[in-house]
Amino acid sequence: MATTSKRVPALFRPAPRLVRHLLLIAAGLLMLYPLLWMVSSSFKPEELIFREPGLMPTSVTAGNYTEGWGALKHSFGYYLWNSAVLTALAVIGNLAACSLAAYAFARLEFPLKKMWFAIMLGSIMLPHHVTVVPQYIVFAKIDWINTIWPIVAPKFLATDAFFIFLMVQFIRTLPRELDEAAAIDGAGQWRTFTRVIMPLCVPALATTAIFTFIWTWNDFFTQNLYLTNSDNLTVPVALRQFMDSSGESSWGPLFAMSIISLGPIFGFFLAGQKYLIRGMATTGLK
Amino acid sequence: MTLSPAPAGTAEIPVAPREKADAPRPGPLKSSRGRSQALAAYLFLAPWFIGLFAITLGPMIASLYLSFTDYSLLSDAHWVGLDNYEKMFTQDDRFMASLRVTTTYVVVSVPLQLAFALALALVLDRGLRGLPFYRSIFYLPSLLGGSVAISILWRKIFGTDGIVNSFLGLFGYEGHGWVTSPDTALWTLIILHVWTFGAPMVIFLAGLRQIPRSLYEAAAVDGAGRWRKFRSITLPLLTPIIFFNLVLEVIKSFQSFTQSFIVSGGNGGPVDSTLFYTLYLYIKGFKNYEMGYAAGMAWVLLLIIAALTAVNFLMSRFWVFYGDDK
Repeated sequence: MATTSKRVPALFRPAPRLVRHLLLIAAGLLMLYPLLWMVSSSFKPEELIFREPGLMPTSVTAGNYTEGWGALKHSFGYYLWNSAVLTALAVIGNLAACSLAAYAFARLEFPLKKMWFAIMLGSIMLPHHVTVVPQYIVFAKIDWINTIWPIVAPKFLATDAFFIFLMVQFIRTLPRELDEAAAIDGAGQWRTFTRVIMPLCVPALATTAIFTFIWTWNDFFTQNLYLTNSDNLTVPVALRQFMDSSGESSWGPLFAMSIISLGPIFGFFLAGQKYLIRGMATTGLK
Repeated sequence: MTLSPAPAGTAEIPVAPREKADAPRPGPLKSSRGRSQALAAYLFLAPWFIGLFAITLGPMIASLYLSFTDYSLLSDAHWVGLDNYEKMFTQDDRFMASLRVTTTYVVVSVPLQLAFALALALVLDRGLRGLPFYRSIFYLPSLLGGSVAISILWRKIFGTDGIVNSFLGLFGYEGHGWVTSPDTALWTLIILHVWTFGAPMVIFLAGLRQIPRSLYEAAAVDGAGRWRKFRSITLPLLTPIIFFNLVLEVIKSFQSFTQSFIVSGGNGGPVDSTLFYTLYLYIKGFKNYEMGYAAGMAWVLLLIIAALTAVNFLMSRFWVFYGDDK
């Protein structure tokens, strides 16, 4: 990572550095403009939002936030809490179940290992729509509609195979001598897993946790499917309902709540971007 | 965390699981130890096995069965043979529209997205100060792009009184309802997809790092110019990564749902012009409760994705370069 400054003669080297920086900053601003505009609009009085495309509000108000916070049946904090519980459980489930499976694939020998490994890789590519109809039917039969279990329970069964793969790749980079030393000290597989491998896997676990958080927080399809009762809504579903109920008016409050809904993602991105970028670069997936 | 040694290593992930699967063993295992290890392995894998059969494979088979019935959640399933599939391709105009819309979306937005990703990765790769900063800025949209909030924003940016029209108004261009006009609605979604080019860009950056500097030095000795180095070193050595991103983005974007749902207000309009395949599947299965039909659509989706991936792999022989010394 540190060697970037000594890189090879460049494709675009003749362009003076300053020009390149200016161009990149301009491109970055263009990319972020929609987001910045939404932030700025969320502080503008309704009638100014579409009159001014500029970023600096001529008059600032927090009214959109107070109005949006109470616009639905429950306060927006209620939906944030629902989302927080759901995503926290999803993260715990993925960390536990995927690391267990990854340890077996990376370190243990067992019959048909190659076949199971290939099936695991294949399941990463499987579109989830091909399982969603029967899943819905079963969850409806056992009365799980309008609970978080149809979303959370699969995480505890390692169905997000992408993270198994991510951790397998990581565990393989750890020296085998560690396991052997632990075995000589009389440690069983469980002890080796919990005391030797897992502590070293913190970067991979962090990547898993952050991606699981962001994907679950954003996931609209599943939450819209299973959480329809107005008491169970999570943030994405609540936002959608807010959009439908407000029609073409009250965009200010809707923007304000949208900004709040993106806040946690932005926070996790800032805190964990090192793990996100490494995780993606390592597996080549996202 | 280390990267796999060659770009080819990164891209072979979906290609050759067999090689990846046999990790080097420390030595021949004694049979009793081998047995206890196998037992331990199955215990470690127990949650995954339950998930595989109960959440993935079981429902997959069930879905195939349902696709030959008229199941509706409210009444029992009746075997209807190939009726659902026949109806899709011969009578259901909305189904065909959703196929057309989704195909256009994938075929246009994925190459554009990858082109932006590659271009930015090339600019950023050249020892530029502040790389982490720029990388973060360009990466951020790809984390947010799938959210409801961004789709709401998009709907408004491209609305009749949105900022796109405000800007065009500065140049005297008459306002246009980008999301409410069937000619342009899909394009707003394509732009949204291109906007999320940061994720493949990060993968390209990792790939560029793997190209040995010595190659460029040797080329410089031979008097190669910048363009020549790009054409003869960077691009060929990057083809496995391009291929990898292509396969993944095609699979992913064919399943896009949220953008189409939110921007169109849940119905794929105007005039079905943003009716993504998965949105229509959702409408059929969970609005109209034609679950047999939806299950059939899911299997067609699986086959389409499998076919596209297969085509990608076949085509890759003609343009993807795997160095033989790797």
